[in-house]
Amino acid sequence: MSAQAQPNSFRTGPDERGHFGQFGGRFVAETLMPNILELEKAYEEARNDPAFHADMAHFSTHYIGRPSPLYFAERMTEHLGGAKIYFKREELNHTGAHKVNNVLGQILLARRMGKKRIIAETGAGQHGVATATLCARFGLDCVVYMGAVDVERQKPNVFRMNMLGAKVVPVQSGTRTLKDAMNEALRDWVTNVADTFYCIGTVAGPHPYPAMVRDFQCVIGNETREQMMQAEGRLPDSLVACIGGGSNAIGLFHPFLDDKEIEIYGVEAAGHGLDKLHAASLSGGRPGVLHGNRTYLLMDHDGQIQDAHSISAGLDYPGIGPEHAWLHEMGRVTYISATDEEALEAFQLCSRLEGILPALEPSHALAKVMELAPQKPKDHLMVVNISGRGDKDLFQIAEHLGNQIV
Amino acid sequence: MTQRIEARFEQCRQEGRAALVTYVMAGDPDPETSLAILKSLPKAGADIVEFGLPFTDPMADGPAIQAAGLRALKVGQDTVKTLDLVRRFRADDQDTPVILMGYFNPIFVYGVDRFLADAKAAGVDGLIVVDLPPEEDDELCLPALKAGLAFIRLATPTTDDRRLPAVLRNTAGFVYYVSITGITGAATPDFGKVATAVERIKRHTPLPVVVGFGVKSGAHAAAVAQGADGVVVGSALIDALKGTLDSEGRATAGSIEAVTKLVKELSDGVRSVAKRAAA
Repeated sequence: MSAQAQPNSFRTGPDERGHFGQFGGRFVAETLMPNILELEKAYEEARNDPAFHADMAHFSTHYIGRPSPLYFAERMTEHLGGAKIYFKREELNHTGAHKVNNVLGQILLARRMGKKRIIAETGAGQHGVATATLCARFGLDCVVYMGAVDVERQKPNVFRMNMLGAKVVPVQSGTRTLKDAMNEALRDWVTNVADTFYCIGTVAGPHPYPAMVRDFQCVIGNETREQMMQAEGRLPDSLVACIGGGSNAIGLFHPFLDDKEIEIYGVEAAGHGLDKLHAASLSGGRPGVLHGNRTYLLMDHDGQIQDAHSISAGLDYPGIGPEHAWLHEMGRVTYISATDEEALEAFQLCSRLEGILPALEPSHALAKVMELAPQKPKDHLMVVNISGRGDKDLFQIAEHLGNQIV
Repeated sequence: MTQRIEARFEQCRQEGRAALVTYVMAGDPDPETSLAILKSLPKAGADIVEFGLPFTDPMADGPAIQAAGLRALKVGQDTVKTLDLVRRFRADDQDTPVILMGYFNPIFVYGVDRFLADAKAAGVDGLIVVDLPPEEDDELCLPALKAGLAFIRLATPTTDDRRLPAVLRNTAGFVYYVSITGITGAATPDFGKVATAVERIKRHTPLPVVVGFGVKSGAHAAAVAQGADGVVVGSALIDALKGTLDSEGRATAGSIEAVTKLVKELSDGVRSVAKRAAA
């Protein structure tokens, strides 16, 4: 546990400069600063405009398909023999993951700001697909930067983006994964700053992105509160979610942060193991500055960013959202990790017991549910966020399990 | 030590010309070659030298500088070694200002106070840190000024008159005007617009204004020198160096000369434009 003084509320951050404790901030090139200030102002106005919220509600219901169900995972509960397990079914959203909640908010904001060209970075391709989808819906130009390595391992999503009319640019620089896609998106934004809106896919980047993306994802936790009250007449006892940048996790966690009796677990990707190649920035990294914010990063003695590794392209990032870094240091959220192998095992268990193919990302959260649930009494209510569906991962999983799909 | 920077601009004013500022990457393609290049630059006509701190994720740089940073990192360049190269440069040259240019993370990880002390002791005069806008002045800018190092700010085409005072506050040495909205080594700017922008900035500050991004030749340098107090060239020098490397990315016999040849051309370009000497 941290020795730091506990705040009265964990939900008031960031401060006006975008800081969560020592984390966050606005570490960007001067060229982008006027744009970031413009975005901050536009978001502040939208946040206080009932018409914006009405638009969000309309499209959330009729286009995304919200609310997503809170589902009692009865057979998983029986099998593990402890806590009563609920799934928050974000994989049932249009486009198959939680990413679309945030993209809807940012695209509606881009429209208010009169921006006609949208750029995005993507790792697994879920954020890219969600961005391409809403750009198609609203007739906006869409360019998605994706590491060349990820283009190769997530081909179905590349094809989906192409079908939706987006231009996918394979990024050949650096390690050719998500962090390089983000570098390239920032380079595009610096170059086309006047007409372009950068739609960031997670709770990272310069202020106001971490707070804004969190706000758009909080629908997950807000619905969970209501749904659990309806189902059980009380709040849950614990929450579990996977963390790459951390947007699905903060969306579930944030509305519960001040219910201090609720245990909250964030699950990072331990890859081959924490002593080998992994993507667990909190467990294996330290504070640094990258992509516009200060947060925990995987890096060497000189501050050079190291390669992350996870079987899940969506968790394969050497950083984490700054609010998670702060919650980690404050001790409010417990951050643990799951290896590639553990995630694959959880994927198979969930598929067979519940008839739900989870994406590899939430399979990391499920892997820790398999550990945590048996230690809890039967009246313990545990919610796990199933942040995406596994269809996109089938080829990769087949390869790992030694099967051929066709 | 901003005195060396001030003295050098004063000397250029006396000579009735703009200054030539050159950028090369520390450790590219190896530490000894990069030091030899650094030493050769003033002799070839550079007035101020910028030494790049390599970083894995240079978000404001184009392909040339990205690749140069990765070449340097591949042979083990780090901040400690870069400061050591500056120390060795300074042993032979007491007058040429040395500016370190890079990104904040390696400096943050080194430790800001320790970095400033070590940089100053090595003979560094100023810092350009791309990802530290005025909003983050507490991080490095203010401590640097306190330690006696110039924190040189980038002004850009998106920095409007409302924002300029904030950008110019706490800056020292000179102002670096980024000629385009874009990354290093990409588009060539509209030189007429650049001259107008420099005039606009000079209305807000007595500091010299230098212009960089997209300057590739002696003719470009001459065009920029019409309006600006200095011309910065980086990617073109790195491209010249890269053109001489062998298939393994190692220096060859012609590496240093390829850089100095272009510096001479740029220097001739800068010197072809007569400016009124300071009264």
